[in-house]
This record gives sequence, C-alpha cells and structure tokens, in this order.
Amino acid sequence: MGQWIGFGLRTLAKFALLMAAVSVVVFVLVSVSPIDPVQANVGQAAYVGMSEAKRAQLASYWGTDVPLAERYLNWATALLRGDLGTSLRFNAPVEQVIAQRAVNSLALMGIAWVASGLIGAALGVLAGVRRGGWVDRLIKGYCFVLASTPTFWLGLLLLVVFAVQLGWFPMGFSVPIGKSAADVTLADSLRHLALPALTLSVIGVSNIALHTREKTIDVLESDFVKFARSRGQGMRTVLRRHGLRNIALPALTLQFASLAEIFGGSVLVEQVFSYPGLGQAAITAGLGSDVALLAGIALFSAAFVFTGNLIANTLYAAVDPRILRGRRS
Amino acid sequence: MSSTEALRHGRPAPDDLPPLLHGLGRARFANRRATVVTLVVAAAALIAVMVTGSAFEHAATQTDFLAKNLPPGPGHLFGTDWMGRDMFWRTLAGLATSIRVGLLAATVSALIALLLGTAAALGGRRVDAAITWLIDLVLGVPHIVLLILISFALGKGYWGVTVGIAVTHWPSLARVVRAEVLQCRAAGFVEVAQKLGRSRAQIAVQHVLPYVLPQFLVGLVLLFPHAILHEAAVTFLGFGLPPEQPAIGVILSEAMKYLSAGLWWLAIFPGVALVLVVLSFDLVGTRLRRIVDPHSAQD
Repeated sequence: MGQWIGFGLRTLAKFALLMAAVSVVVFVLVSVSPIDPVQANVGQAAYVGMSEAKRAQLASYWGTDVPLAERYLNWATALLRGDLGTSLRFNAPVEQVIAQRAVNSLALMGIAWVASGLIGAALGVLAGVRRGGWVDRLIKGYCFVLASTPTFWLGLLLLVVFAVQLGWFPMGFSVPIGKSAADVTLADSLRHLALPALTLSVIGVSNIALHTREKTIDVLESDFVKFARSRGQGMRTVLRRHGLRNIALPALTLQFASLAEIFGGSVLVEQVFSYPGLGQAAITAGLGSDVALLAGIALFSAAFVFTGNLIANTLYAAVDPRILRGRRS
Repeated sequence: MSSTEALRHGRPAPDDLPPLLHGLGRARFANRRATVVTLVVAAAALIAVMVTGSAFEHAATQTDFLAKNLPPGPGHLFGTDWMGRDMFWRTLAGLATSIRVGLLAATVSALIALLLGTAAALGGRRVDAAITWLIDLVLGVPHIVLLILISFALGKGYWGVTVGIAVTHWPSLARVVRAEVLQCRAAGFVEVAQKLGRSRAQIAVQHVLPYVLPQFLVGLVLLFPHAILHEAAVTFLGFGLPPEQPAIGVILSEAMKYLSAGLWWLAIFPGVALVLVVLSFDLVGTRLRRIVDPHSAQD
C-alpha cells in the first residue's frame, strides 16, 4: 500500500512538472509567432485603413503590448484557477469550447481505440499462431502498408468510395446539415461518425497487431506452452488457458500508451471529415491565430497523453511490482 | 533466438528457419543482396523523381483551361484538375518537394539525435536525466499538435514545417544512439585506447563514431519516410508549404474540394505515389537494420 502511495505521489509530481514545462513551451511557441493576431483576425484591408489609436486599442485587447514573461505569468495564474482565457474564433471561454469539442473527439477516439485494439490483437494472435504461413505474411504486409499510409489520405480514400461513389455515408460533419440540434437522432450521429471512426480504427490496427504477433510468438515458444502442447493440448486450448492472459495485458498497455498517436490521427481525420472535434478546433485556432484556444487544446492533448501513459504504467506496475519501487529500466 | 533454443533442446530447427552452419551464411548473404537491390532501386527512384519533378515543375503549374477535369487517359496519365493542370506532373513535382523537405528535416533531426544521444551517454548523470526528460516532453504532446504549434510559431510555410519535423522526430534515434555509445564506452578496445594515451577526441572519432555510425545511418533512413508523412500531413492541414507550391499535402487538400464532384483521380494518384515512396524507404530501413543489428533480424 505504501508503495502505491509513493507511486501516486511520484506520478503527481511528474505530471505537475510536465504540464508546467508543456505550458511554457506552448506559450512561448504561440507567442513568438510572427503572425500578428490583430492583423490575422481583423483582416488586411481593415487593418490598413485603421487609425493608429484603434490599432493600439486592439493590440492591448489581444495583449500584444505586454512583455512575454508577464503575459505568461498572467496566463498561468489564470490557468491554475481553471480559466484558460477566451477563444477569439468561437467567442466563448476556451474551457467551454474544449469541453464541447472533447465530447465529439472522445466518442470518435473511443470507438477507434476499442475497435483497433480488438481487431489488431486478433490479427496479431492469428499471425503469431500461423507464423511463417501465408496468413501471417498477409497480415504482416497489410500492417506494413498501413504504417506507410497517411491517415488523412486513407480518410480521403474512404470518403471517395463510401460517401461519393456509393453514397452510403454523409460527406462530413457530425450532424446532417440544416437539421436543428433537437431533431438529430442517434442514428444520424452514428452515420456521421462511421467513416471517421473507420479511418482511425484501420490506421490504428497496424501497431498493435505487429506487437501482439511478437508477443504471441514469444508465448508459444515458452516452456509452459511447449509442455502443455506436449501433453496433447490443442492450439486453441493452449491459447485460451495460457496464451491470452499473457498476450492481452501487453496489448492493452500498448493501446493505452499509444493515445498520442490516436489523438494525432484524430486531428487529421476530423479535418478530412469536417468533424467538429478538438483537432478541427486546433486547426481553426492555428489558422486563425486564436492563441488561447490553440494553447488550451495543446495542454489538453498533453494531459490526455499523460493519462494514457499513466494507465499503461499502472498496468505494468500491477503486473511487475519492481516498478513501484521506482526501478524502471 | 529460436535456433539457439532449438540447439539447447537438442531438437532439429523448425522448417521455417534456415539450416544452421553453412546454410545460415548463405541465407544471410541472400538477405544482404536483396537489401542492396532494394536500396539501389529505392535510391534510383528517389533521384529520378527528384530530378524529373524539379526539372518539369513548370509543367506541374501550367494551366490549360481547354483540358479541365479530364479523367486519367492516354494524354494525361493521371488526369487533369479543375485548372487543367496535368496531375502526373503535379504528382511528380509534389513528390520532389516532399522528398526535399523530408531529406533536410530527417538529416537535421538525425544530427540532433546523434548530438543529444552522445551527450546523454557521456555527459554525466545530470545531462542524461535532462535529456531523458526532454525526450519525455517532446513525446508528451502528440506529434501533429506539436508540429502545428511549431509551424505556427515560425509563421507557417517551408521553414515552419521543416524545423517542426526536425525538432520533433529525434527522440527514438537519440535513445538508440545513447545505448550504442554506452555499449561502446564499456567495450575493451576503448579502454585499451585510453591506456595507450589516445585523447578523448581521437577515441571519439576513431572508435565511437564508427561504432555508432551503422545504427545512426539506419535510423536516418527510417526517419526519412516519417518525415515525409508528417510533412504531407502538416501541409495538408494548412500549416506547411504554401498553396502555390506543388506538394503532395497541398494537392490533396485542394483535391478535397473537388471530391464530391467526382474527381477521384485528384486524390488517388498523389496518395498512392506518396505511399510507395514511404513504403519503399521503410522497407530499405528495416532491411538495413537487420544487417546492422542482428537482434532485430529474428523475424
């Protein structure tokens, strides 16, 4: 128990340190940008015709006349109170925009996470059992090609086939265009979610499948499996009794540790399908110099990735108590 | 692993493994030859794409409003877009641009990895901890988000995406370099060289560098396809190369607007070309690693 408390405290300290560093990096990056927020949001024509006093007023509104360190401190103290500032593009508090968008993104990522994990693990076990055979080669080749395929291009491909040519799914957005929010049914939402989720799932399979394959081969070559086989147990029984536990946990851990990739993929997928999630908001914020929102989403993504890694580490720790004592390899 | 295990258990090796003794050497040689062939073919294709793509860049931007929206056919192999630009030349020029950015970014990134990896291995415990922490920091934010931020900080465009890729892709290679340098430093020949009175610089150049170089080069080759993929992605999102430059990301993001009009060829061919380049270099890198690092060759 004491070990777990130590583990928790260490993790908390790590999280605080990481988030502090990420917030500095993010703030400096969005602040040093040569893209003038006033000009980017007011528009070139209006900017030229504007009086000097008006420009100064806008500059102070966007906070460009305050030194960087001071601005950071202001932003960071507000951040600690849970105030992320105001999004200029969405004209709402950043935390509100993020909360709203995160629901959409998490639905998308959640489906893809589960689907890619299950399919990937299944393919990995299959390839490992049939090692060297044509099934194995097929799965390996498939994973290899997928790993080289840009996520956004796969999205475009699925869009062309299923939305344009076959017309089975809508072109994009999370709800039908022109329908009021109250009329949107669950079926509508699911239909709009299908293609983005499919894209993200298909891309995510590659990593987990290859990893599970390695693990399966390791397990099948272990002494206890050899013994079980020599006693006359069939492959299925062996897998069920001895294999799956040893294979499932590493797969689950890897899946948690790969949240960064799923998040990155969802940014691309959301842009392709005009899906109103965090990724699309980040792009809108970046292109429109909405500094507060961009920084907020970056922080959210760091916390998201950290949570995934934390769960992965905790799973490891539950299996291998040496990690609790802080002796990580 | 499996062959030694088979030996230990006194059983013949399974069928899918090459026969031991002389057979193994032959298999290895065959693998090496296949690797060299893949490498040469990939490099030749790369150079060909770069030369033709750069040489015919005017063909990629030349508009012909009499030949708009043509599907792929004999006159225009990959079809034409809404401005009558030939998609074959656009794809080639786009690939050439992507490859240029990818090469530069991957090389810089690999050099950062070499520097930081060596520093972590030799700089003492504090430097090591600092660099490990830096790696955690870079990996703590999703790549795409970090790339958007860096590109935004540098005002987008060519340098935004190139610098972004260069400073985000080094962690995995830095870890490899660190491990290699540590291993090398513990090796007997370095100790002998020290006893013989060689200076640190001499040891670094004569012993450590050749030791690390193979892994470093393989890492560089494997970084390259990643760099291209991310360049295309960032450009596609609008944070990379400017729209007037023919680049795969630009072509695909423009194509999006015309997909609903049924112009599927705008998206298919440039994407396939990109996948082929990435795939071939992934393959070359993986094969090279098998030769350099026998531990990864079990499969």
